[in-house]
Amino acid sequence: MALTTQRVDVPVIVDESKCLEKCTACIEVCPLDVLVKNPETGKAYMKYDECWFCLPCEKECPTNAITVQIPFLLR
Amino acid sequence: MDTQWMKTDVLVIGGGTAGTMAAIKAKQANPDGEVLILEKANIRRSGAIAMGMDGVNTAVIPGNSTPEQYVREITISNDGILNQKAVYQTGKLGFEVIQELESWGVKFQKDAQGNYDLKQVHRVGKYVLPMPEGKDLKQILTRQVKRHKAKVTNRVMATRVLVRNGRAIGAVGFDVRTGDFVVIQAKAVILCTGACGRLGLPASGYLYGTYENPTNAGDGYSMAYHAGAELTNIECFQINPLMKDYNGPACAYVASPFGAYTANAEGHRFISCDYWSGQMMLEIWKELNSGKGPIQLKMTHLDKDTISEIESILWSNERPSRGRFHEGRGENYRTDGVEMNISEIGLCSGHSASGVWVNEKAETTVPGLYAAGDMASVPHNYMIGAFVFGRLAGTNAVDYIEGLDHLEPDPDVLEVEKQRISAPLNNPNGVPHTQVEYKLRRLVNDYLQPPKVDHKMEIGLRNFVRYHESLEIMSARDPHELMRCMEVHFIRDCAEMAARASLYRRESRWGLYHYRLDYPEKNNEEWFCHVNLKKNESGEMVLFKRPVEPYVVDVDIEREVYDVAVR
Ligand SMILES: Cc1cc2nc3c(=O)[nH]c(=O)nc-3n(C[C@H](O)[C@H](O)[C@H](O)COP(=O)(O)OP(=O)(O)OC[C@H]3O[C@@H](n4cnc5c(N)ncnc54)[C@H](O)[C@@H]3O)c2cc1C
Ligand code: SF4
Ligand code: SF4
Repeated sequence: MALTTQRVDVPVIVDESKCLEKCTACIEVCPLDVLVKNPETGKAYMKYDECWFCLPCEKECPTNAITVQIPFLLR
Repeated sequence: MDTQWMKTDVLVIGGGTAGTMAAIKAKQANPDGEVLILEKANIRRSGAIAMGMDGVNTAVIPGNSTPEQYVREITISNDGILNQKAVYQTGKLGFEVIQELESWGVKFQKDAQGNYDLKQVHRVGKYVLPMPEGKDLKQILTRQVKRHKAKVTNRVMATRVLVRNGRAIGAVGFDVRTGDFVVIQAKAVILCTGACGRLGLPASGYLYGTYENPTNAGDGYSMAYHAGAELTNIECFQINPLMKDYNGPACAYVASPFGAYTANAEGHRFISCDYWSGQMMLEIWKELNSGKGPIQLKMTHLDKDTISEIESILWSNERPSRGRFHEGRGENYRTDGVEMNISEIGLCSGHSASGVWVNEKAETTVPGLYAAGDMASVPHNYMIGAFVFGRLAGTNAVDYIEGLDHLEPDPDVLEVEKQRISAPLNNPNGVPHTQVEYKLRRLVNDYLQPPKVDHKMEIGLRNFVRYHESLEIMSARDPHELMRCMEVHFIRDCAEMAARASLYRRESRWGLYHYRLDYPEKNNEEWFCHVNLKKNESGEMVLFKRPVEPYVVDVDIEREVYDVAVR
């Protein structure tokens, strides 16, 4: 199969300056399991564009580093 | 793929609303027994009530209504097809559930005298109990699960129930982070995996912009089917009236007791009752297809303070991102109606009636296999019904396992399932699961979305049967993608069931949910029965009529017809 990579606008934005390296709160609570840590920076980011815009990640973040936008296709 | 083995007495698959309650009740029934919740996400924030709930839709509170009245209302709204004894349980036990939740710290709205402040949203009777502070429901349940010492394994997705000698003896699945193959032996299995929320494709085209929590992809429907259990009323789809594009409730259940109502583009009522039903959905479909313009939840006529109160409830609970959706579009409840549209189709007994067949004890037709919540066939059961059936399943499973031993799973069965699960990982350059899923769900829209007609559904069915070929070329590059791939397998199974059951019932019933253009009338003479389906010994999907259980509450369904049209 021939494949290509497509760029997508993801709904969840992490303010890296506020994200704590030792924390994984948002990653633990996401019902879709779409957030992960960047192994190089230790910061959380949205790896998979599969979001229910439900907000547990934003709610449980201790430093308010997360902003969930309505996904572009619905916005 | 490494293999992890686990053993428990009672296995609960899905730790959402019904599942957490099932585990708690099983522990209460026998504190020495081992109970394990297997959860694809994390029970702290998973499923339909991940962000709580803004109200109970089916509260039968003494002094306000009786279980008999409740059964009557659901019998009429579900066009007579139901097991009344099962619905009666929700009416009878719901009050105790509410009291127990309250003792755990869940808050329900009370009036100045301290009585439950029930609202009328149904056609007859007050069953809606607001929970303006219901946002922490899931954490409260999680705390109780821990307190009762039920074990929890998060981030493991079940893929098959294990059956041996005709009884459920455990389940298999995999860890969605490490990719380990997981085998769990149990004496009884309770399926609580929620609705099939990813069947149809939302109009936005966003795969996860569904009404239901998209993690609920019909897993339990498919697992019960492959375990040999009967499913019922699958043709009675779930279709909801939602905020256009956002795809969450608008939400008339919260706003109508304050004076809001569903209106057409000119601001006039066209339905007499805002309670969700197939009959109501048919009126909405007709209004939208009249071409006269959008429909809306109208509250511009309410005073400013009332609107602020509605906003504070809707924007903190259940689907709290509603507020930012409106903000992004520059909409305001004071000046604009909430534009509404029809949702994608799904399967869900919590809202309609499609589910795995259960009786009033939450037993499926496979010994040792129980089901509760949105995937179990108790019509219009909603959140309280999920708790009630979780409770019944937990308690009855503990009775059932007394004196039973574990059975060893068949190694061949395990090997076959391991191969099936590993296939997408072994094919990293195949078609991405997103494309495979998009096309499948687009076909569901093309061929199954009501109005239904046999020629269309037959083409759909051929496509769904042939779709095994597409599943075979699907790829996953990590365990997370594998989770989505295995969900696509579940969705395909549900699509085939939905097509076959819809073709089988040659009449129209439940308003839009099963509106057939080729058989536009209800036909009680031939079709006052359930349509059940199951996998037979040769692995084929077979359909048959199952008689409606004798009523325990008298209702003359020929005379009492649910009709909410404003003419
Ligand atoms: C947006 C919305 C609004 C609603 N509003 C109301 C309301 O106001 N009032 C009301 O009474 N009801 C309401 N309901 C209905 C009510 O929330 C549901 O009927 C009820 O919560 C269903 O409970 P459940 O246990 O069946 O499913 P859920 O609570 O969704 O639990 C299912 C669980 O199974 C897990 N799971 C799924 N597949 C697997 C697998 N393969 N392996 C392991 N785990 C798995 C999921 O992660 C989830 O935790 C609403 C529902 C929605 C979606
Ligand atoms: S909004 Fe919900 S689905 Fe999206 S990343 Fe946050 S927790 Fe996950
Ligand atoms: S919860 Fe906040 S601080 Fe913690 S990992 Fe996520 S973004 Fe970073």
